Amino acid sequence: MKPREVRLSTTPTPEEIANLRLGDIVYLDGLLYTAREGVYMRALEDKANIPMELASASAANFHCSPAATIREDGSFDMGAVTATASFRFAKWLPDWMAKTGAKLIIGKGGMSSKDYKAYFVPNGAVYLSTVGYGTGALLGRGVEAVEAVHWHEELGLAQAMWVIRCNRMGPFIVASDLDGNCLFERENAQISKNLDRVYVGTKPAVLKRFGETDDRNDEVIG
Amino acid sequence: MIAIDLIQQTAEQLMDKAAIEIPDDYLTGLQAAAATEEGDLSSFVLQAMLDNYTAAKEDRRAMCGDTGVPRWFVKMGNAAQIEGGMCALETALRRATARATNGVPLRPNRVHPLWRTDHNNNVGIGAPEIEYGFEPEGDWIDLITVHKGGLFGTDYRMLFPSDGIEGIKRFYLDCLVAFGKRGLACQPAIIGIGLGGSKDTCMVLGKRAATLRTVGSRNSDPKIAALEEEFKELGNSIGMGAMGFVGKNMVIDCNIEVGYCHTGGMQMSVHAFCLSSRRAVARLWPDGRVAFRTDPDWFTPYQRRETVDWSPQEQEATA
Repeated sequence: MKPREVRLSTTPTPEEIANLRLGDIVYLDGLLYTAREGVYMRALEDKANIPMELASASAANFHCSPAATIREDGSFDMGAVTATASFRFAKWLPDWMAKTGAKLIIGKGGMSSKDYKAYFVPNGAVYLSTVGYGTGALLGRGVEAVEAVHWHEELGLAQAMWVIRCNRMGPFIVASDLDGNCLFERENAQISKNLDRVYVGTKPAVLKRFGETDDRNDEVIG
Repeated sequence: MIAIDLIQQTAEQLMDKAAIEIPDDYLTGLQAAAATEEGDLSSFVLQAMLDNYTAAKEDRRAMCGDTGVPRWFVKMGNAAQIEGGMCALETALRRATARATNGVPLRPNRVHPLWRTDHNNNVGIGAPEIEYGFEPEGDWIDLITVHKGGLFGTDYRMLFPSDGIEGIKRFYLDCLVAFGKRGLACQPAIIGIGLGGSKDTCMVLGKRAATLRTVGSRNSDPKIAALEEEFKELGNSIGMGAMGFVGKNMVIDCNIEVGYCHTGGMQMSVHAFCLSSRRAVARLWPDGRVAFRTDPDWFTPYQRRETVDWSPQEQEATA
């Protein structure tokens, strides 16, 4: 069965978010901004004023550093955009969502259903995953314009807050829903059923390591 | 004498090609995978990746926004000479890396590990890495750039002879399952396995097995070649596909390289060269000729030699 395709605004209504199902393919229209550890630390720990109106201008936080440069005349050259793994940002996301009203968290790999239930669902937010990973050129085609880049002098180009106007930017995959379900955990559970069979004919290493698990239902993130 | 300007100019072209053009061997491998994939979501992902490679080439933009950490491998014929010497070569490669970062553009990924200083050009302490290899014949140099992603899919373990093949398989599967979940390894990937050496050289062997060999290549030792086939099938039998979705394509190919190790040990490393398996190669000659290709052809009989003195006949006899 082919996945369902949806066009979505980066300032979506609660109804539009409620309509999303795990595994839907999403294309985005409107403004989105990049924010990752650099922006989170500056805004939440150093209490710097966020240089744009969130969430009225954008409710879509992309965990991304674009392959981009600022030309000498101050204009931007943005080639490819690809997400970075989101689980590393769980420390800041609850405060970030409370402060900015972000409704779409976009990145690589998703979060845990525990995260979704704890602070995505109460904030009416869902997680969109990039595809591949690494459909950077396709996503780059969805960049209509780079509206601004904030804090690049303080944080460097990779950690700066890039504000991107998107036009049918995608594909993204809906990886959480308003019940707090996690697409990746659903797939993990399916795959786990087969693992004992695959591991037949192998044996654990004679030298163990601290913290080692033999439970292959576990994830290495978190 | 190979002109230094030609080296820098060629290196810049290689940076551009590596970031934008998926190598044919990997593309063919992924097309074959897409043709066999049955999982709804993993099929969608593979098709999107194929579309992405086309878009990258059409638009001349990087195929992935995470353009990895650019590094260089330099292979030299024994008679090769560089204008200005080896330090000039290193400067040319650093300049090419910095210029291409702003030119393509690439993501300026390289930062100081503690202070997170970013020069916005992928150059810094120890960056880009430049590694060398030599061949007994020739006055050419091969410039190879690899833009490998940096965070997930790689691990090392000290195994012992008593772990045997069963232990090797266990660690291999552990790596694929651990880093395959949620697609952290950006699979399907070229999996490189290093066996033996010391901890550092084991990592180097595995990384080179992943990045400097092509899809479809086989180790010259027939028994290792058979293991490569077996491990490819094993990885693809997990039931996991792209992004960690249910699927049957995890490993586009598995390449194994070995080095002699301490008699008590059996070091093992696993590396995943991702859906953006970025590498580009050029051979430069003193008369100014440049030939571009995508196969690094790194692991020649000379690189895998076992004897004290270099003897092509003896090497062939042991292979």
